[in-house]
Amino acid sequence: MKKGYSKKILEEISAKFPEVSVKIHSPRRTYIRISREKVYDFAKYLFEEKGFRLSIATGIDTRDGVEIIYHFSHDEAGTYYNIKTVIPKDDLKIRSLALLLPAANWIEREMHELLGIDFIGHPNLIPLLTAETWPADLHPLRRDYANEHKDIKTKKKP
Amino acid sequence: MRRIVPIGPYHPLQEEPEFFKLIVEGEKVVDLEINIGYNHRGHEFISPTLTWDQVTFLVERICGICSDSHPYAYVLAVEDCAHVEPPPRAQYIRTIIGELERIHSHYLWLGLAGHFIGYNTVWMWVWRYREPLLDIFELIMGNRNHYAINKIGGARRDILPEDYPKIEKYLDLLEKKNAMFTKAILDDPVIKARLEDVGVLTKEDAIAYGVLGPTARGSGYAIDVRKDDPYDAYDKVDWDMVFFEEGDVLAKAKVRLIECDESIKIVRQCLKTMPDGPFETRVDDIPPGEGIGRHEAPRGEVFHYVRSDGSNMPVRHKVRAPSFMNIVSNIVAVRGYSIADAALVLAAVDPCYCCTERTLVYEGGKKRYTGQDLLKLSWEKTEKIRRRYRR
Repeated sequence: MKKGYSKKILEEISAKFPEVSVKIHSPRRTYIRISREKVYDFAKYLFEEKGFRLSIATGIDTRDGVEIIYHFSHDEAGTYYNIKTVIPKDDLKIRSLALLLPAANWIEREMHELLGIDFIGHPNLIPLLTAETWPADLHPLRRDYANEHKDIKTKKKP
Repeated sequence: MRRIVPIGPYHPLQEEPEFFKLIVEGEKVVDLEINIGYNHRGHEFISPTLTWDQVTFLVERICGICSDSHPYAYVLAVEDCAHVEPPPRAQYIRTIIGELERIHSHYLWLGLAGHFIGYNTVWMWVWRYREPLLDIFELIMGNRNHYAINKIGGARRDILPEDYPKIEKYLDLLEKKNAMFTKAILDDPVIKARLEDVGVLTKEDAIAYGVLGPTARGSGYAIDVRKDDPYDAYDKVDWDMVFFEEGDVLAKAKVRLIECDESIKIVRQCLKTMPDGPFETRVDDIPPGEGIGRHEAPRGEVFHYVRSDGSNMPVRHKVRAPSFMNIVSNIVAVRGYSIADAALVLAAVDPCYCCTERTLVYEGGKKRYTGQDLLKLSWEKTEKIRRRYRR
């Protein structure tokens, strides 16, 4: 079993998707930046042709927009390929991976409710974790929510 | 005619409160809807309000059974972000605790699985030999659970050399007993008939749903972070990955049983080859960047992602527990089996019994099954098989 990141896979990736920018953090952690339009094709390529496993996706509210990181695991080599994309805050939409990868179903539902990202083509985009009574337009992991509810700890005290 | 059998919101066999809606035709389950979120505590929201060291204690509280796995993955993520290598002794200490925890968690599952199929002897015996392990934890770390052994850049406590013989003595006992359990469970024709070909998760489904840990390895999907992406002392000791092709409940039970043997092997070698020296390093600040930590918890890969901006708190901290991926696969694993099997199939991923009494089944506003009744259904099926074998 070969361990660590493989130069061959990265070469194949940049041959097929020339616009990506690759950053190697450590031998087993690679970060790849790609545009929002290409994410679906790229994920399809990684899952169907390369046999990578979608481990999880992280959504982060940053200054430039909401960043999504799809963490793909290449289990044979023990490497993580992290696909980063940034979507602008005034147009929080991205194509859903749920029909391609059943594993993405819950991951996208979680990101939808916590960050307010709209996944186009998701079969069942209903809240997963928050309570039924939770308002649909309140997204707890957004910066504006955190700023408004800064005193959330002090409020609890009697 | 289709009926709905609700299980939950406190699932009888699983640790977390969750709601399963079984859609049945007669006795057969045709579909399953899952609703979770009753225990959503907002760890990802709280984490950026705490300092790096405080988060270790926060994530320890995510899971009560495998309370070592989340802080383990978290410190690995922070160490990856800061490019810190813990001292060798700390790596061995963490590995030993991680493996001992695997044994205790698998034994918990095994005992409960025995209880669910009506083998209360298995339950009593297995838990009897799990108990001394909790005493070992208390001996090493002062707590039976919530060990607080992980620290960014090392371990918080040392394992004293005078405690080695006590651990080894327990491992000797456990090795004998584990062999006994494996033989008793695998040779029993009734258990075999009850668990074989029940709740089959095919390898294709396992890959598509991205399942992890014993659930994946029971389906022939051989992934194990300890082998694939070895961390700490896992590549310095000799052990084998356990996996079976069948994908049924029996295969998952076999994986867990035999994995305990491998864990014993790992702990023994670690105790023998553990180097002397410091068991922690000082980590003063975490540079801006991002890090990923993965640890093979008893239920599968725990994944933590942290992002730092150079301050004393994380900017974002993502936590992914293995059950998040495993529970979804129940939708395909439970289809086509009876309600008596469903309780078992849903438990094959990972069980807890604390909330059984809350399980109610309503039909036309009238209570039909309680959690006890579900258990009874399962026990009756075992009894039927047992009678068949007696003839």
